[in-house]
Parts: sequence; C-alpha cells; structure tokens
Amino acid sequence: MKRSQLTVALVHVVLVLACVASLYPVLWVVKMALSPAQSLSLSLNPFPQEVTFDHFREVLLSHDSQGRWLFGRQLLASVVVSGATTLVGLSLAVTAAYALSRFRFPGKDAGMQTLLVTQMFPATLMLVPLFAILQRLSLLDSWGGLVLVYSTTSLPFCVWMLKGYFDTIPRELEEAAVMDGASAWQVFWKVVLPLARPALAVTALFSFMTAWNEFILSATLINDAARFTLPVALQQYVGEWKTEWGHFAAGALVVSAPVMALFFALQKYLVGGLTAGAVKG
Amino acid sequence: MTRLSVLALLMATDGLAAEPLKLWHAYRGGEEQAIEAAVKRYTDKTGVQVELLSVPYDAFSSKLTSAIPHDAGPDVFIFAHERLRQFHRLKVIAPSTGRLDRSKYIKSTVDALEVDGELYGYPLSLKTLALFLNTELVPDAPTTTDDWLKALERTTDPSKPRFGLAYAAGDFYLHAPFVFGFGAKLFDDTTGRATFDTPGMAKSLAFVKGLQDRGFLPQEVSGALVKSLFNEGRAAMVISGPWFTGEIDQAVKYRIVPLPTVTETGLPLMPFLGVEAALVSARTRQPEQAQALAEFLSLGEATALRVNPGRQIPAELAAYELTEVQQDPVISAFKDVAARAVPTPNTLEMAKVWEPMKLALRGVLQGEVAPEAAGQLAERRYRALNRDRPPDAPKLPYAIALVVALAGFAFWRWTKRGPAQAFARRYPEAARGLAWVSPAAVGIFVLIVIPFVWGISLAFFHHDAGEYSFVGLANFTDILTSKGYRVTEPLSFWFTLAVTIAWTFVNVTLHVSIGLALAILLKDPLLKLRGVYRVLLIVPWAVPNYITALMWKGMFHRQFGAINGLLSALGLEPVSWFTQFSTAFAANVITNTWLGFPFMMVVSLGALQSIPQDLYEAAEVDGASKWTQFRRITLPLLKPALLPSVILGCVWTFNMFNIIYLVSGGEPGGATDILVSEAYRWAFQRNEQYGFAAAYAVLIFFVLLGWTRLTRRLTGPEAA
Repeated sequence: MKRSQLTVALVHVVLVLACVASLYPVLWVVKMALSPAQSLSLSLNPFPQEVTFDHFREVLLSHDSQGRWLFGRQLLASVVVSGATTLVGLSLAVTAAYALSRFRFPGKDAGMQTLLVTQMFPATLMLVPLFAILQRLSLLDSWGGLVLVYSTTSLPFCVWMLKGYFDTIPRELEEAAVMDGASAWQVFWKVVLPLARPALAVTALFSFMTAWNEFILSATLINDAARFTLPVALQQYVGEWKTEWGHFAAGALVVSAPVMALFFALQKYLVGGLTAGAVKG
Repeated sequence: MTRLSVLALLMATDGLAAEPLKLWHAYRGGEEQAIEAAVKRYTDKTGVQVELLSVPYDAFSSKLTSAIPHDAGPDVFIFAHERLRQFHRLKVIAPSTGRLDRSKYIKSTVDALEVDGELYGYPLSLKTLALFLNTELVPDAPTTTDDWLKALERTTDPSKPRFGLAYAAGDFYLHAPFVFGFGAKLFDDTTGRATFDTPGMAKSLAFVKGLQDRGFLPQEVSGALVKSLFNEGRAAMVISGPWFTGEIDQAVKYRIVPLPTVTETGLPLMPFLGVEAALVSARTRQPEQAQALAEFLSLGEATALRVNPGRQIPAELAAYELTEVQQDPVISAFKDVAARAVPTPNTLEMAKVWEPMKLALRGVLQGEVAPEAAGQLAERRYRALNRDRPPDAPKLPYAIALVVALAGFAFWRWTKRGPAQAFARRYPEAARGLAWVSPAAVGIFVLIVIPFVWGISLAFFHHDAGEYSFVGLANFTDILTSKGYRVTEPLSFWFTLAVTIAWTFVNVTLHVSIGLALAILLKDPLLKLRGVYRVLLIVPWAVPNYITALMWKGMFHRQFGAINGLLSALGLEPVSWFTQFSTAFAANVITNTWLGFPFMMVVSLGALQSIPQDLYEAAEVDGASKWTQFRRITLPLLKPALLPSVILGCVWTFNMFNIIYLVSGGEPGGATDILVSEAYRWAFQRNEQYGFAAAYAVLIFFVLLGWTRLTRRLTGPEAA
C-alpha cells in the first residue's frame, strides 16, 4: 500500500492538533500548580512565568496538629481502599461473570438486566439510604464500608465487561482441560483467567479508578482527617469563600498521576480488553 | 429502648468521662490553626480531650445531617447560622438558652442564633460586606450614594480601562444591601412570605443596572476579576467581605468603610450579616461538656486566637477592647460595618429567596429583563419552586395495587414458563451457577438494590423537615403536568428532558465520531510515533472528572479564560459563555467531549483491529475506493462492537452530573440543567424535597429503561 507523503503529513498534523487539544488543559493545571499565586491563573500561555514548588511542598508535607503526616496517611488510605476495592470488586465480578457466561440457572437473564438497570438510577440520590444501611452493618467510619460500597458500584460495569469477554473464549479449551482431569476450580483458575487477562486489566483499572477518584462518600463516611482518601484532602482546598487554586492544582496532579501511570502501564491491554468483550456483549 | 437509655446513662456518668469530645469544622489555614490552638488550651485547662475533624466545605452539611441522627456525628460543630432553622427542624442541634450570656456578644450576632424563642450555639465570628477603598484613588469615604456616584464618575476611566467599582453583582448576597437601602422589604410583615415585586426592589435593580450601563461597574464580574482589578489599581472601590483582605497585594493601600447611605431614602445600604457559631449536637452523650467547650470557643483566649492567627471578626464584645484589635484597621473597621448589617434571616423562607433573586438579578444585568419586571419574574420562579404540600393519599388503594401488580407479574411469569420439565433437567448446573454468582449478588442486593428500592419508594412521599407523608402519585402528576409553570420554562420536566436528550445525543455523536476518526488514523501500523499519540490522547480519560470540570470552567472564564484569550488572539469577540443557553450548552458539551472521546477511541481501536485485514485487501483488488471500503466493510463490522459501548455511553452521559453542575451550573436560569442535576437541586437546594427528587429519579430511570429496550428491539438481540 503506497501512500503519498502529503497524506502522511496530514495525518500527523491532525494527530498533533488532537494531542495539543487534549494536553492544553492539563498543562494549564501544571502551570497553576507551579506558579506562586494561590489564585486562578488565566491566560493563553500554558507555561508558568515563575516556577516554584511551594504548592507541592505544602500539599505533600502537610501535617496536622498532632504531628501526623497527613498526606502520607491519606495516600496510604487511598492505596489501601483502592487496592482492596480492586481486589474485592474483581473477585466478585470474575466469579459472577464466569457463572453468567457458562452456566444456566434460574434468574440469570433477570440478573443481567438488573445490572444494566442499576446504572440508570442517579447515584447522587443513593447517599441517604446507603448511610442508613452501612450504619446497620456497623461499617460507618471504616475503610471496610468504603471498600464494599465502591466495589459494588463498579460491579455492574465489570460484570458486563467480563461476561462479554468470557463469551469469546472457546469452551473447547475448558472441555479439554476437564478431559485431562482438571477440577472446575482449576479450569477457571488455570485456563480461563489467564486467557482473560486483557479484560481483567481493564476491569481492575476501572474498579481502581472508581475508588481512587471518589470524594463525597469518603468525606461523609470517614471521621478522621488522617483516614480520608486523597480526593477528600483535595476538596478541602475548595472553600466557601475562596479556593486555594495553587494547592488544588498541585493536589490534582498528585492525585491524577497514579491513574495516568496505570493507564500507560495497562494500555496495551486496554484496547483488546475493552472491545473483545464488547464485540459479543 | 429503656435498657439502652439506662446503659447510655451509666456510660455517661463514669465510663464516658474519658471519651474525647468530637468537634467538626470546615476551617483551613489560619482559622484552622486558631481552632487547634484554642482546643489545646481547653484540654490543658479542663483535662477534657477533644478530637478535631476538618471536613471539606462541600460535604460538610450533608455529613452533619446524615451522621448526627444516626449517633455518628460530632458533639460540637461550627457552622454558619443560616442553616440553623433547618438543623433545628432535623433535630440535630441543642439549645444554649440560659447558658449563653447575651451581654458578652455583639447584639446582632446573638439575634441571629434565635429560632422560635430559643437560642442555639455560641457566636464565634461574623462575616458581612464592606466597601474597600483604594485610598490613592478615593481618599475620603463616600457617605451617601450621591457622593458615591460622584466618586465613581471621577475614578472611572474607560481609557485605562479603570472602573470605579467592582463586585460580584450577579450574586444576590451582594445585591441585598441595595434592596434594603432602597427601602424594600424581603418579607411581608404579617405573613412572613417573601416578596419580590416591590418598588424598592425595582429601584435597587435599576440603580445597579445604571452603575453597569454608565461603565462604573464591569460586566459579569467574578471573584477572580474583582481581585485582579483591585490589585492592579483598575478598580477604585470593591464591595466584599473580610476574606478579601487576604487577597489584596501588600502594595495596595486601602481602607475599609461601611457602605454609603442611599440619598433618596436616607437608609444605609445594609448588607447581610452571617454568624459562625459553635453549635452543640442534640445527640451528644456529654451535653454538659459539649456546651462548656462551645462556650469556651466563643470567649476570651479562644477569641484572641481567632483574631490572631485566625483573622476572624469576633462576635465577642470584649475582643474590641484588646489593643491588638484596636490597632488592626481591618477588624476594627468591620465592627462598625457590622453595626449596620442585618443578620441573614435563618428562616426557611430566606432559603427560598436565593434562586428566584439570582434569576431576576442576572436577567436585569444582562439586559434581558427590565428592572420593573424583574420582581414578577422572581415571584413566578418562587411560586414554582415552592409547591404546596400535596394532600395525603389513602394508603390502602396503593397497597392493593402493589399486591395486584406483584401477583399479576408472578402469574405472567408462570404462564410464560417453558414446557414442564424437571428443574434439575432444565438447569443442570443451577447449584454451581448460583454458588459462583452469590457473592456478587449479595453485595449488589444489599448496597445497590435496597437503596434503589428505597429511593423509588421515596417518590410516593412528601418530605418536609424530617417528616415524610404519603402522597401517592402526586409528585409524578405534578412533574408530568409541569404544575405551576409553562412547559417551555426551564423548570418544566419536559423542557429539561428535551435538553437532556439533546445533550446526550450531541455528546455521544461527538464522542463516537471523534473517537472513531482518531482510531482510524491510529490504526495504521506503519504510522510513526503511533504509541506516543495514543498515550497522549488517553490523558483526558485519566484525569478525574471533577478536576476536568473545574479546569474547563476556568478556561471559559469571561475575562481571563484561555478560550476567550484564543478568540481575541484570532481577532474575534470574546464570548460570555454562561449568559446564553447556546453558549453555556456548548461549553458543557466541549468539556464533556474532551473527557469522553478517549474511551470511544480506545473501543474503536479495538473494534477496528478485530476486522480481518484480508477483507480490505480483497476490496482493494476489486477496486473499491477508501470511502466505499469504510462504508461497506468498516462500518457494518464495527457496529456490533461499538453498540454496547454506545449504549453504555448514552446512559452515562444522560446522568453526567459533575460536568453540568460544575461547568455551567445550570446557567442561564437553570436552562442547561439536565434531569439528574435538576433532581439534585430539588433534593438538596430547594428545601430538601426528597420525595419530589426521587420522583424525578424514577422518571429518569424509566426514560433510560424505555430507551434501552427500544434500541435492543431495533438492533436485534445480538447487541447489548
């Protein structure tokens, strides 16, 4: 296939423009984080005129009155909560999706429909009932409660994704493994899961992001600044009368960085994982 | 119940003496340091331990009203007095009547804490509005509006450009002084109902519009603009509050004076007075200690700490005797200002004024409504927002209907059952299947299905201050017949539905076409830098969407935003993005497209890769053009792969709350609100009409359900 130089150049021009559009707002946040002012810095130039790392220093080294290193503890909270959410969410989603893909049992179709339907009810109105339920389960003010809520909220999407992906894996492979004497669990663990790796990566990423970015529930359920997750800490820079934009921007970059890193680490799975499942959704 | 209370009593007498008091606040910076130091003093003095928690302002009120009734809240919390009545009706605060010594505080700050003859909490500090003068431009404080107008005339200079005055004129909090100054009453003396259509109101609006028309006051002023104009010497005067002092550059010489008196009426421009108070929870298990702590925070050494390092304007009178305060030009000036201010009424009626007034005020400033007609506009909005309580409905017919519906459904399922077959033969793997699904099913049932059913059932109730009454279908009929306003008004369900559908359609179309176009460009394996492009183009997806929203909100800023900067650089007129429906809607769409196209790009990329390459080679051999190949091969084969993502994308976009709420905020006048943000407003911003909001949510749910059913039918069972 021969293509003219012109077409290639044109393709590059379009892609570069798209990249500029997608990066410009981010650069602008970087600029706010690096500029000394605490205000909205609003101008066309996305590069800071004067560079200081004060905002980052203040955000990263914040201590409370008891001398606890807040940022460190909140980072730990975020990592623990998001990690546990990923683990719990993924294990729940994988088993459910496998059953929905392979076995026939009563209520299966209704279950699949329910999953989709739950995505349609606005989440903002669920706070009041959720609080009451968690209280009855004695899960208020605990990371456990957060993990449970986050992993179930991301569950419908994860189950749909994974079920679609499992459907694309030929059953013959499992049948062959059974012939060789593998147990049902071994088939699942040693044959199916390794084949589903791209979809697992995407699902894990999705669960992780749900937990990592959420702040309303976290701020409502947790009663100790040292156990807040990072987005709550970030939200504290937005006040009633004024917003500490410099701190907010620096914090936003710190909060976004791990998600971006994960995206880049997992991006080779992203394409396959998202669509192979969707092809047969 | 009795056993519990006995237990509580026992614990309160001895066991709990060691349990620390919990104190919640939303302070930052110097104010936070001050409260920490004050609490430490308290512990040193009394031995009572106090646990402090700083909560983000956005989540504070909902956290309090969720936690306290469940006994999971603080013993003492600090909040502005405007919410007192609501807290009182939700039974989350305990009175301080009898303990509080009125003579120790500025009178108006104590008045602000009164609800139905009882006092609640202890006043800490006050916030109100004053006139900030740049003393190089305005050496003498104007005492009357006539003086003021002369000073404005003198200091305004379009050539620099320099404005006489800058303040956030579109905010009713800042307009209120003019309303009172022109002699208007916000509330009817006898009924207490809000009144908008009064001569004083019209005069106040005409006065401010005049300031803007004569060029004394810039258009569409935001806090960021006020700050930069004042610091650059391009605004001679500013109306703002104590928080503004932290934003003024050290080089600027300024003075703080009370707002002038209206020459025509002889009344001063009276701003609202907000009082921050230490409130005691009604559910505290140590009421004595909690009251003592709250009182301690409002007096003496705690006040001194709140002045420095807190920089608050104290409510305690004795503070103004301190030399430190007397020498502080800011704090001492605000005491005079406070003397003229009126405490913001803590009535429920006050809470109903903000939204109608905002609509009227912005309408006048943008020249869409005449000042004389604005009162009527506000009045109409007020009536629409404050529905009469629907009559109670009898429960029995509904219960019967529910039972009949459930029985009918069961019967329908029964008639649809397959041929008689042993359960074990129909579902040979039932046990295994259920075992594998059960963990997820339990989780979903408890944390999604139960709240969901709970939410649906709320739609049949009317909520008023913690009391629910059963009203049957009244919420639904009110919404669907758009009772109280025309179908074409932004408040109407049908209008909002149309906006929501347009919003979803435009967004998803843009997401898919941009995503697909980029995917086609990126598909070519020979393309150089392919990996780099792909990584950079995914960046928007990785940024949390509330950060995206705030970022773009800033970029659409009228005076400083990068977008208007770009337009001016191209020689175009800058746009006021949030004053017209079309541009506000476009701003929302641009933001959401930025955030949503990478998902569709990645999905398309995967779908494209699943199309066998030999189809294209065969088409090439047959001489098909690129466009024919795209239409005949790419699109048909892409459809099944893209459709589920498109459906999911539609559902997500339909309910995309964050972008609407944070970018346009529904401006202008609620026109760009979508159904889910409208539901949120009914639930949390309009007197907590949870039942009405739940009815909205149920309708959203049915719209989406109907729509997915329809697409399923149209596209056949293989998709979704």
